Amino acid sequence: MIQVKNLTKYYNSFCAVDGINLEIRKGEILGLLGPNGAGKTTTLRMLTGFFKPTAGDIMVKDISILENSLGVKEMMGYLPESAPLYHNMLVYDYLYYVANIRGIKKDSIPSRLKELSELCGLSDIMHQSVSQLSKGLKQRVGLAHAMMNDPEILILDEPTSGLDPNQIAEIREIIKRIGKEKTIIFSTHILSEAEATCDRIVIINKGKIVADDSTQTLKSRAASGSTIHLSLYDSDYYADNADNKNSDEVVKLLKSITPDIEIIKKDPVEKGVISFEIYSSQNQKYSDSSKDLRKDIYLKIKETNWIIAQLSRESQTLESIFHELTK
Amino acid sequence: MKQIINIAAKEFKDYFISPIAYIVISIFLIITGWFFFSTFFLFDTADMRNFFSMLPIIFAFVIPAVTMRLFSEEMNVGSYEILLTMPVSFTDIAVGKFVAATLFSACMLFPTLSYPIFISFIGEVDPGPVIGGYIGAMLLSGAFCSVGIFASSLTRNQIVAFIIGAAICFTLTILDQLLFFVPQSITEVVAFFGADSHFQSISKGVIDSRDILYFLSVIFIGLFGTYLVMQERN
Repeated sequence: MIQVKNLTKYYNSFCAVDGINLEIRKGEILGLLGPNGAGKTTTLRMLTGFFKPTAGDIMVKDISILENSLGVKEMMGYLPESAPLYHNMLVYDYLYYVANIRGIKKDSIPSRLKELSELCGLSDIMHQSVSQLSKGLKQRVGLAHAMMNDPEILILDEPTSGLDPNQIAEIREIIKRIGKEKTIIFSTHILSEAEATCDRIVIINKGKIVADDSTQTLKSRAASGSTIHLSLYDSDYYADNADNKNSDEVVKLLKSITPDIEIIKKDPVEKGVISFEIYSSQNQKYSDSSKDLRKDIYLKIKETNWIIAQLSRESQTLESIFHELTK
Repeated sequence: MKQIINIAAKEFKDYFISPIAYIVISIFLIITGWFFFSTFFLFDTADMRNFFSMLPIIFAFVIPAVTMRLFSEEMNVGSYEILLTMPVSFTDIAVGKFVAATLFSACMLFPTLSYPIFISFIGEVDPGPVIGGYIGAMLLSGAFCSVGIFASSLTRNQIVAFIIGAAICFTLTILDQLLFFVPQSITEVVAFFGADSHFQSISKGVIDSRDILYFLSVIFIGLFGTYLVMQERN
């Protein structure tokens, strides 16, 4: 549906977006993630035709945005960051104006406005001036604006930023509802939001794509890279140099389960124990979440005289992946 | 074409939603009314020459005040982004805003039509210069609106937009009084760029195609400049 080819944008000598290639399929909800200043908004602005790319092209249904930006704009609805609306207008007048520009037939405008006001929960504020609205309400008016002509593609720039938790939940609900038949691209820096609403996540950093995968894959990738914390009571704690000797012994023992786990000795979590961190990410056997490395560790240690003080698993979250990729 | 009407209608309505319209119209009417009638009875002639002779100078300051917000405000608030991502072309936007501002100037001029009516009660009015004067005033306001819109497209600060617009309009108005500063060989060329002489000749009731062409050229150049600025910005 949308093909982005080698999209590049320079602001003077600063490179905001650096050769992005992306293909977005019909009916996809795509989340664009990245830290502040990563180039999310710039990318979206180029997708909507507000900025001209320095290089590269965007094809929407085989129409190039460089050649026919009006044609592309007709297919798109866009909610800019923090919904900058005309604030001296009434909500109804504003939406009416948008409906006119979007080419909705005069006699079907009132029914369309009614529909949208119900969908976005605007019925009570239609007669209010835009300048009086709170940020969340403005965001909803902006959403109604974006959906006015029932566009095939919706582009939302941080649709939930600055909203309270209830409003965030509402907007997410709306996105999910309309995302069933539409292609939606939205940017956010809230990971749980992307996780909850997107089919596919693209992470960009410094103008480049660093991850592009379905939400499921990214999540399972995160889960497979788990860390196991192990602490054992150290019988020879007070003996000189016993610490090293004992921990070497434990490492040898654990390696005998499978040689390709990584074991790092940590500072003891409390007095009288020795602690380890065990990574199994490279190990194919344990990448499947049904196979738990903890079982094998327990069974192995049960054969010896060691006593387990702590054995726990911490799964890597999407957050840590994000953190790693955008360092 | 449809989009031009949509944008023009929205901008025109906007003037009357905010108090700006009423303030600007009042100030315009007070100034022109006072200047006109304070000397009207001294000259003892039933014409409006005095009114039309100072119109360019007043317009040079009032029209930029009318147009200053058209682009600057949108860029400042950010609604410019919304406007440009709707299916409208740069030309639609520039022309739509121009039409709205010119229509607004017409509204501003409309109450002054009472002057010739009033004068006709106390003396015989020659309709030629009055009709010519109003045609000229519309052309002049169109030209200044176009310049003002260009100034507004340059900056997100409305005050800066006003100063740039007023400076250009004022220069155009007084250009034929500055002719003694320029070398004699180019005086005629420079004189042609002045708005005042073109306006005064129309307001005498002489409708010359050169004058009309002059105003249409200024309108075109202003709007084309706006178009180029918009294109450059993105």
